[in-house]
Amino acid sequence: MSKDIYVFAEQRDGKLQKVGIELVGKARELADDLGEKVVVMLIGSDVKRNAEKLIKHGADKVIVVEDPMLKEYVTEPYTKAVTKIINENDPNIVLYGASAIGRDLAPRVASRVHTGLTADCTKLDIDEETKLLLMTRPAFGGNIMATIVCENFSPQMATVRPGVMKALPTDNSRTGEIEELKIEFVEADMNVKIRQVIMSDKKAVDITEAKILVSGGRGVGSPEKFEMLKNLAESLNGEISSSRVAVESGWVDHDRQVGQTGKTVRPDLYMACGISGAIQHVAGMEGSEFILAINKDENAPIFGVADLGIVGDINTILPKLTDEINRIKAEQD
Amino acid sequence: MKIVVCIKQVPDTTEVRLDPKTNTLIRDGVPSIINPDDKAGVEAALQLKEKVEGSTVTVISMGPPQADVALREALAMGCDEGILVSDRAFGGADTWATSHTIAAALKKLEYDVIITGRQAIDGDTAQVGPQIAETLGLPQVSYAEAIDVEGDKLIVTRQYEDRKHIIEVATPCLITALSELAEPRYMSVRGIMDSYREKEVKLFTLEEIKDTVDMSDIGLKGSCTRVKQSFTKQAKGAGEKIVDGSVDEKVAAIIAKLQEKYII
Repeated sequence: MSKDIYVFAEQRDGKLQKVGIELVGKARELADDLGEKVVVMLIGSDVKRNAEKLIKHGADKVIVVEDPMLKEYVTEPYTKAVTKIINENDPNIVLYGASAIGRDLAPRVASRVHTGLTADCTKLDIDEETKLLLMTRPAFGGNIMATIVCENFSPQMATVRPGVMKALPTDNSRTGEIEELKIEFVEADMNVKIRQVIMSDKKAVDITEAKILVSGGRGVGSPEKFEMLKNLAESLNGEISSSRVAVESGWVDHDRQVGQTGKTVRPDLYMACGISGAIQHVAGMEGSEFILAINKDENAPIFGVADLGIVGDINTILPKLTDEINRIKAEQD
Repeated sequence: MKIVVCIKQVPDTTEVRLDPKTNTLIRDGVPSIINPDDKAGVEAALQLKEKVEGSTVTVISMGPPQADVALREALAMGCDEGILVSDRAFGGADTWATSHTIAAALKKLEYDVIITGRQAIDGDTAQVGPQIAETLGLPQVSYAEAIDVEGDKLIVTRQYEDRKHIIEVATPCLITALSELAEPRYMSVRGIMDSYREKEVKLFTLEEIKDTVDMSDIGLKGSCTRVKQSFTKQAKGAGEKIVDGSVDEKVAAIIAKLQEKYII
């Protein structure tokens, strides 16, 4: 009988990725619903030191697979490791981050073990009657949502977009089991060769980590005017982000794009400036704690999701707002 | 080099709108296009063909009979041959069944390189490419933003969120294309005429592939997953909206809210 919830904990250069910890949080909730355990697969080279952290964020057990071949992500060795763990343990559910790694690995594993896979889920629940995993995801560019089930195959597998689930706070009292699994890798497992690893040279800004985002869209109008948003973001110790239009117009780098084809963010404050609020954009930011929208068009759909909507011109409002925030902050110091 | 590109005909989802009264999708008048990542794959294949003498590009699509239009467009761009994989028996497929159906058709062809788009804009799963690779037992390189040839090997630039891998892969292999891989060329008038007069789109029905696929792996019955329910998204409720007032008043309202939320 299949049991327990397994999470693939993504790491890069030995450092845990946030999405894995978020998934452990969600897995904890599902496992408590089912009366099962949370088991994390920690795969890489020199990664064991992260096992305790995963337990403190909600895992009951961590299976560690270490090998020099696993230093950088490569499809085949990782598929081999995950498949072996699944075949030996018969999990009920397996979760992966819907990242450039998870979305390469999970389909390959699903095909190898012959089971279903639901991509880019935004919601996971347990059906009260059937105890099946209900996997909800957007389709048609976010226009519709579908709830998918995998009844006749095991494990039930899903990828989940980074930033959608909430990580549990560190609980230092938690304890768990750490198992080191030895898997023999042969040269044939490395069926491609990495000639070179090129790190992104830009100072990587992860907008999914930001507590405050000042986001601009078509209404900003030019790259120069994005300076207004940068100034405001600076006054709030936040970051700037944008809609797809601003990225496609070359005003902002693509790693700052929020939405269906960009990132999912849930900051404490999301300020949508000159963003109309197309459904594809809203899909990526509606989980924000507080949404403030400023737009000239009174009928812009963004006002439908904004906690506070201001109908007005960002060109006059933003500079004044920035000055006012800076003045208040100066008084506080 | 024998190159096969897998394409999907999709509704242009940026044109899809919701009917505000019924809250259902308005599909009427939404144009069908070649999925953008797939189209970049077609262009990349044509560029490879131009680099390696004696290459051919075959384009294949699984879908209803109308998908013929998408295949003709790829032929008009310069692909040599089209294959339409179409049969009622293939309908209702999830990514497991889809990848098995397409893999069964690919087994009927010769290939050194198979190129698929990373993901389709209607489903956004990014699963069919890797699942075809697994079914055919091929190495895969997904999220490709550049492809080059060196002897009998391909050199692929593979994109991640924070880095790139320059990957060397021997053929046969499968590559999934990002839309930034290549800017698709336009069809020429001559190309459009040739695509209907000189070039062929072969039809593969179940009859043509039944010896390369297990019936239990295709269509709705062969699918591992099932859509339990689909619905349009409930919009988050609107909050307070300030329409009138001076700029100063509006700024003051924002400040008050930011203070209330302890942001400043």
